[in-house]
Amino acid sequence: MTRLATALPLLAALLAPMPVLAADPDPADWDTVLQHARGQTVYWHAWGGSTATNDFIAWIGDQVAEQGVTLEHVKLADTADAVTRVLNERQAGQNDDSAVDMIWINGPNFAAMKEADLLFGPFAENLPNWQFVDVAGKTVQSDFTVPTEGYESPWAMAQVVYMYDSADMDPQPSAEAILKWAQANPGRFTYPQPPDFLGATFLKQTLIELTDNSDTLSKAADDADYAAVTAPLWEYLDALTPVLWRSGSAYPATGPAQLQLLADNEIDLAISFSPGEASTAIANNQLPDTVRTFVLENGTLGNASYVAIPYNSGSKAGAMVVANTLLSPAAQARAQDPAVLGYGTVLDMEALSEPDRAAFEALDLGIATLSPAELGVALPEPHPSWMTRITEDWTRRYGSGK
Amino acid sequence: MRALARHISALGALRAGFQWSPSGLGLVPALTLLAMLGPVCAGLLCTFLPAFGILPAAGLSTPSLDPIAALLDWPGLGAALRLSLTTGLLATALSLAIVTLTLAGWHGSGPFRMLERLLSPLLSVPHAATAFGFAFLIAPSGWLSRLASPLTGWDRPPDLLIVQDPWGLTLTAGLVVKEVPFLLLMALAALGQVDTRRRIRVAQALGYNRIAAWLKTVFPAVYSQIRLPVYVVLAYSMSVVDVAMILGPSTPPTLSVQIVRWMSDPDLAQRLTAAAAALLQGALVLGALGLWRCGESVVARLGCIWISKGNRGASDPVLRPVGLALGLLTAFVVLAGIAVLAVWSLAGFWAFPDALPQSFDLRSWSRHLPGIVSATGTTVLIAVLATLLALALVLGCLEAEYRSGHSLTRRGLWLIYLPLLVPQTAFLPGLQTLLLSLGADRTLWAVVLAHLVFVLPYVFLSLGDPWRAWDRRNGTVAAALGASEWGVLWRVRLPMLLRPILTTAAVAVAVSVGQYLPTLLVGGGRVPTLTTEAVALASGGDRRAIGVYGVAQTLAVLGPFILALAVPAVVWRNRRGLHV
Amino acid sequence: MSEALILHNVRITRGGVPLVSIDQSIAPGEVLTVMGPSGVGKSTLLSYVAGTLAADFEATGMVCLGTTDITTLPAAQRQIGILFQDDLLFPHLSVGANLAFGLRPGGSRAWRNKRIETALSDIGLTGYADRDPETLSGGQKARVALMRMLLSEPRALLLDEAFSGLDAALRRQMRSLVFDRAREMDLPVLMVTHDADDADAAAGTVIQLATESMPAPAD
Repeated sequence: MTRLATALPLLAALLAPMPVLAADPDPADWDTVLQHARGQTVYWHAWGGSTATNDFIAWIGDQVAEQGVTLEHVKLADTADAVTRVLNERQAGQNDDSAVDMIWINGPNFAAMKEADLLFGPFAENLPNWQFVDVAGKTVQSDFTVPTEGYESPWAMAQVVYMYDSADMDPQPSAEAILKWAQANPGRFTYPQPPDFLGATFLKQTLIELTDNSDTLSKAADDADYAAVTAPLWEYLDALTPVLWRSGSAYPATGPAQLQLLADNEIDLAISFSPGEASTAIANNQLPDTVRTFVLENGTLGNASYVAIPYNSGSKAGAMVVANTLLSPAAQARAQDPAVLGYGTVLDMEALSEPDRAAFEALDLGIATLSPAELGVALPEPHPSWMTRITEDWTRRYGSGK
Repeated sequence: MRALARHISALGALRAGFQWSPSGLGLVPALTLLAMLGPVCAGLLCTFLPAFGILPAAGLSTPSLDPIAALLDWPGLGAALRLSLTTGLLATALSLAIVTLTLAGWHGSGPFRMLERLLSPLLSVPHAATAFGFAFLIAPSGWLSRLASPLTGWDRPPDLLIVQDPWGLTLTAGLVVKEVPFLLLMALAALGQVDTRRRIRVAQALGYNRIAAWLKTVFPAVYSQIRLPVYVVLAYSMSVVDVAMILGPSTPPTLSVQIVRWMSDPDLAQRLTAAAAALLQGALVLGALGLWRCGESVVARLGCIWISKGNRGASDPVLRPVGLALGLLTAFVVLAGIAVLAVWSLAGFWAFPDALPQSFDLRSWSRHLPGIVSATGTTVLIAVLATLLALALVLGCLEAEYRSGHSLTRRGLWLIYLPLLVPQTAFLPGLQTLLLSLGADRTLWAVVLAHLVFVLPYVFLSLGDPWRAWDRRNGTVAAALGASEWGVLWRVRLPMLLRPILTTAAVAVAVSVGQYLPTLLVGGGRVPTLTTEAVALASGGDRRAIGVYGVAQTLAVLGPFILALAVPAVVWRNRRGLHV
Repeated sequence: MSEALILHNVRITRGGVPLVSIDQSIAPGEVLTVMGPSGVGKSTLLSYVAGTLAADFEATGMVCLGTTDITTLPAAQRQIGILFQDDLLFPHLSVGANLAFGLRPGGSRAWRNKRIETALSDIGLTGYADRDPETLSGGQKARVALMRMLLSEPRALLLDEAFSGLDAALRRQMRSLVFDRAREMDLPVLMVTHDADDADAAAGTVIQLATESMPAPAD
């Protein structure tokens, strides 16, 4: 509440021509939020490339309909489209009824929007279901090292796993081992083309593996040590690229496209940011049931998926109701069910009531999903500037037709 | 009496010049031009300024060359330019060659009529669906490779770079498959105005073989008629976005795809780069058109030499089968592509190298049905509104032309083709910025008006010829029987032209349904159509979902075509004079 | 009641090039035949009289029906019937509906149907009202076209090579049918033709149009 008190005048000063601020609902007064939300339509801009996610969002829509909120899923090919949209709207003076009411967001997109004061908030920690969130055990208050400060609300945990076809290969313990295996089996591995989110994740994961100094990565990348820190990565990729699928002259556009390659037996190894994705895909006929997952011995990257509300949304109360519903134990248990989505929950099991906890414990995580113990510790994301720079550099080196 | 008559005659002569009654119809051509070219010009202007660093909405008002410098600094520029140029020129030349060879060898024959019947409906299949089907067919894990696996012994897809090859050959082939039906139908319309049969008969009587006879006597006349459609194919192939995203390379992509990527970058500076690239794209298309024009005169000169040599041509036994085979191949690729989309939409688990899925089910359809139903609703609503508006405007223009007696000039024809010649990526980004600052974007009507820009030219092209071919004496007779100008229109002309009007409406619906970029940019994501949903889903690469949406898209355009055939057949079932 | 069709000092030019020049009066029941080689502007003259002259022609002079100047009237209000070489029955309408199209508005439905039945039996096509015009023979179609025109109660009649499309026997038949009807109804008739037999059968004034300076493109 104190943060809200200091943030509001600050925001108002930054975004002077915004009479709408006065009418914004107060997240702390939940009853009023519920009242305002009734009858509102929330346009949730979320990546639309995954049928499983789309179905889950539709289910959330059914839940919030009971509270009088209409949820419309705007299926994006790229989350950046929504960010650009809000940016354009501010340039055009559209300050009170954005086309975007909520965005599935994290990482650089969040950093960019927060930096440009394009977000409404703070609201996340005022949501009634925030009480169940595992603040201590999961990184849900900083997003790629950027403090969230209540400007986005977490709804799913992600951690890097490698999906492999157990009919064709064994788990590999490290990035070096993956390179050796790829050299012995040319053409059987690839990753989504950066700047695709998952492709960039592969670069970061490999960078972390190859760098001893993880402290450097938590700070903004500066010119002084960028070249030195990333040199091992480029050396690694120079060796890997010729033995990639299609010798590295083409890449799958996205994670699901890469999944399809695995299903077609074009490749044997693929990266995923969702420990349950393989099991879900097997259940959906999208992968053969010989696919399993592994993590590297030194651990793999983890982060959370969030939802944020643009400053100029006309349905902020409705959007908060959706964000709160996403945090409900019922929705979280459904998201974790590999038959539905297979996303990790952001909730603290200890904070839940007995029946809610039982619902989680009853979930069959699926044949290809590692247990929490096997997943091990999730490594923190590097500062967003690293991702921006290495994807740019990657494009220059491998994505420009040389 | 006589003096009075003489006095009146002067007045009569004066008024005779204005015999058609001013009824507001005179405004329609102006309105049509505005609807068609207004958005293009406004969009180009709003692209031009940001390319030089001026974006008032973002507080940038000092001209600068930074965006152009940023563009030149992009390492993929050379490859992207080369790619756009080669795919465009190659796709156009190949499409034209296939159409010419097929027509030269077979026009007027039984097999040709079959091919024509096969290709006409394929014209309407949206580009995205065709491209997906094509990819599912020829990818190393595609249907052809699966079918061939018992012979080749593949148990894994071969590691071959077919789809997304860096030379853009697959992209070129995908474009050819889609442009052949278009050029063929345009050429057929042109052939109606050339006395083909007599020309061929004369040449054959002089001992020329069929293909040589056709090329030497008919082709020059036909080509001058389809020159503009050929330019459209060239401009389109160079700047297409959805097909290039599906079939084109990505390291780097074509310039158009890169423009769309920059447009959607959260970094504002990239929008300026996108504007600069859009200008470059426009210039590139202009340059390619110029190059093509030069090529035309070279070919014409060589052709004249060839004609004057008097060779009777002896390659018919080889060229005729090749022409027919290529024509049939294009039809086969589209049909098989749609078939493989349908199979994927019904597939359970489908491992390589199985020719068919292990099981079939309706799961994909049932899970996507709600989305399909609502997207179909929006798609149909937009298509119907755009079609009705376009029909009203074009019929108004044609009727005004008929009443005033001033027919369309060559320059007028260029204006009609202009929206199809200016690359979409060159003016749509500017148009989006403009609409946004007017607060008029992301409404259904804004999308309808954006679609109208592309629907109008096709309606003009599709309806113009049958409209003008109508025997004017019918109008004279009806007027002599006391029917007013509007009476002639409503009671005689429109009913007689019901069939071409409905066919045109079906073409218009198909054009509207297939629009990707205008819907995405102007609709701001709030106006989801089958095409935008399909391309968004495609980013996920879920073949079952793509199959479902591809089939839905195809049905959405084939439905109107079936109606356009069925309605006149039922309404005029007892009117033999209106059967074709 | 019947009045003459007067072409008063009519001059038609195209792009300043003179095409047709005529100053004639056609009495009720009489036929004026205009002959001349093709391209001389015969049909242009008819479209001027009918009120459908194309915009690239210029015309001076006056067209009157008796004392009424109809030069500037729209085609639909001139009440001048026209027959072409082709029957030009509207293919989307039945035979009866084609006749009803010609019949002046007014009267009860029953009365109109009766008129059409009578008209059909008048031309020997009793019971043909619901037929598709395309199923009629050439002679039948020509008779329907004539009857459709007569039902519109024209005050003058224009014939644009009206008999050229028919074979010799039919041609004689149609000629006498048309001229008899015109005489019966006291209509002035302006006929253009290149067939001397047509002119003989009309038994009226014949004028020859010659190319004045240079022939215009096809008329």
